[in-house]
Amino acid sequence: MAKLTFTGGIHPYDGKDLSREKPIQDLLPGNELVYPLSQHIGAPAKAVVGKGDRVLAGQKIAESGGFVSAPIYASVSGTVKAVEPRRVVTGDMVMSIVVENDGLYEDVGFYPPAPLEKLSREEIIDIIREAGIVGMGGAGFPTHVKLSPREPEKIEYVIANCAECEPYLTSDYRRMLEEPEKLVVGLQILMRLFENTRGKYAHGIIAVEDNKPDCISLLRQLTKDIPEISVKALKTKYPQGGERQLIYATTGRKINSTMLPADVGCVVNNVDTIVAVYRAVIEGRPLMERIVTVTGDAVANPGNFRVKIGTSYQEILDAAGGFRTRPEKIICGGPMMGFGMFDLNVPSTKTSTALLGLSKDDVSAMEPGPCINCGRCVDVCPGRVIPSRLADYAEHFDEEAFLANHGMECCECGCCSFICPAKRPLTQEIKSMRKIQLAKKKTGGKA
Amino acid sequence: MSELYKVSSNPHIRSRVTTNGIMLAVIIALLPATGFGIYNFGPRALAVILVTVAGTVLTEFLFGLYQKKMTITDLSAVVTGLLLALNLPVGIPLWMAALGGVFAILVVKMLFGGLGQNFMNPALAARCFLLISFPTAMTAFDCDAYTGATPLAILKEGGQVNVMDMVIGRTAGTIGETSVIALVIGACFLLLLGVIDLRIPGSYIVTFVVFLAVTNLAKGQWLSPAYLTAQLSGGGLMLGAFFMATDYVTRPITIKGQYLFGIFLGLMTGVFRVFGSGAEGVSYAIILGNLLVPLIEKITKPRAFGYEKGGRRREK
Repeated sequence: MAKLTFTGGIHPYDGKDLSREKPIQDLLPGNELVYPLSQHIGAPAKAVVGKGDRVLAGQKIAESGGFVSAPIYASVSGTVKAVEPRRVVTGDMVMSIVVENDGLYEDVGFYPPAPLEKLSREEIIDIIREAGIVGMGGAGFPTHVKLSPREPEKIEYVIANCAECEPYLTSDYRRMLEEPEKLVVGLQILMRLFENTRGKYAHGIIAVEDNKPDCISLLRQLTKDIPEISVKALKTKYPQGGERQLIYATTGRKINSTMLPADVGCVVNNVDTIVAVYRAVIEGRPLMERIVTVTGDAVANPGNFRVKIGTSYQEILDAAGGFRTRPEKIICGGPMMGFGMFDLNVPSTKTSTALLGLSKDDVSAMEPGPCINCGRCVDVCPGRVIPSRLADYAEHFDEEAFLANHGMECCECGCCSFICPAKRPLTQEIKSMRKIQLAKKKTGGKA
Repeated sequence: MSELYKVSSNPHIRSRVTTNGIMLAVIIALLPATGFGIYNFGPRALAVILVTVAGTVLTEFLFGLYQKKMTITDLSAVVTGLLLALNLPVGIPLWMAALGGVFAILVVKMLFGGLGQNFMNPALAARCFLLISFPTAMTAFDCDAYTGATPLAILKEGGQVNVMDMVIGRTAGTIGETSVIALVIGACFLLLLGVIDLRIPGSYIVTFVVFLAVTNLAKGQWLSPAYLTAQLSGGGLMLGAFFMATDYVTRPITIKGQYLFGIFLGLMTGVFRVFGSGAEGVSYAIILGNLLVPLIEKITKPRAFGYEKGGRRREK
């Protein structure tokens, strides 16, 4: 029996009560939608429309820029106003397609592809790639790449990541509660992609943290006649939904930073991604919308919204009644792994999980002090390294010691920074060093 | 752009545990032992405590003025002063107590870089410094309440001790080491708060008991419960195991290393007590252990997740 948790981790205030009871509401965007050409990991997409073109919802406006890349679709009908660099959530300027919404929401017409049974593995992966689906839990890795491991017959488990361990986030929770059938069918589609040499499909695992008992019982009820899918209740602990932690908790298998889940026979996908697969393969709809949680103590009416990708964060916030008090910090995503935002006039993308407004910013309120060697970071580190020492090596740019002490095994989950009594920005230091090392690897040793 | 908001790298939330909070918890945890010490040895104990704490805090304050960086607000100097005072006999001349405080902070802590940088426990290093410099004053346990030797010294001479008195603390000894009950109450408080865990105290005490059992067996006798209780209660073992060996800065940060550290302390304390000329040995054992910490950390470096035995490396 696999252990349903991992060693380490933290229990921050989860804030989910703010928005968990709020059903998903449809949000209609304003006049302007912005589609950055780079909203996934890999090569940027290439625009296939120009200024002045009329586009329909569901029309491809940018095509894939390579194998590790994904096309982008218009989520409204309207006119292309410009193709120009626009500021995105990380603060960078990224080439983007700007569409003037005509408010008609005319679409191109969506036609279900052939029945699932008639589709081959390649055809299904093709549909997923063409639909522009990327990992929607935050990373944005193109899903079709994930689904094309070197040896597909060796994949034994397709894991639906429904842990939603990030504090405050409830979009996956609402999705599971409101559209569980789509999750189950989507997972079955993915399982069909992996047939082993004995002609058996991969097993499906739906992994949910046990703070969502209603989802667990609902999904168990739905899958009671599907023996190939098991619904597993995980211990509620951050970062339970981290890929490595999730694989370990559900299957007992371990991977490190040099390995892919496929190396231990697993493929992991987020709830929203799997639902997007369902929509593409069953309904023929490309990826045009996603669920965004708008929450935090500074937000007037926290809630969960079905957002057309490209809608600006300001509009998403307005839908939640704006701010109750002026927030000290606004975060795109959850408080553990999200980005701090300095401006709300940036577009939502395929990977926008949440908008969080906090009236108090812990980070600037606390002055970092010297490390007292308390070892709390060691206790909570899911990567089982010594964060305080790695941060020290990073600070002094001791690359050799950093690498020798498994600095690259850090998954940047933030547990060490969270727990540190001296309030040291451990994750940040380790992260910067990792970035440098990864860049070096790419360029073959030169920094 | 309308108005800008604060940005920083993730994570954006922090736990409520702070360095100050931890130090305050340790001070509170030491209060039962402190209170019992004052009750047991009289008002002079309070004077020793106040002078020692004043010595540590004032030294850190003055050093802070010199460094232009004030660090006394983190309360660690108070902890050091209090721990040192609890390790002193009540009859010690007050200037020696103050000198101990100055030594602990100036030489052992600040000169090595301040909080987090010292490699020896400042309170214990100062105690050893005083023991070596002023052996008579440091081992004179005569006072109004008690005359003569500590229970462990009596035991070593082959005498009899009252075990009950030792557990409660009605014996001669340093100010804070005598009452097992008071120390255990404080230790439980720290354990419940998660400030310390049982890795070091547990492995320390278990190893020490095993060592005593083995050496007793070698002499052809079973370990008697009275002897064992006396050994566990006396000589600052409880104070050392729960409050000094667990000092974050001077114990290994690796989890396996902490067990190893505890085992080492248990062995050394046993060696010092059974074979040494003195009756106690906790301070020296911990100081020696502190020095081995870098080595212990080196050999107990944890394996990262996914690199353990059975974890497969990706085949190229």
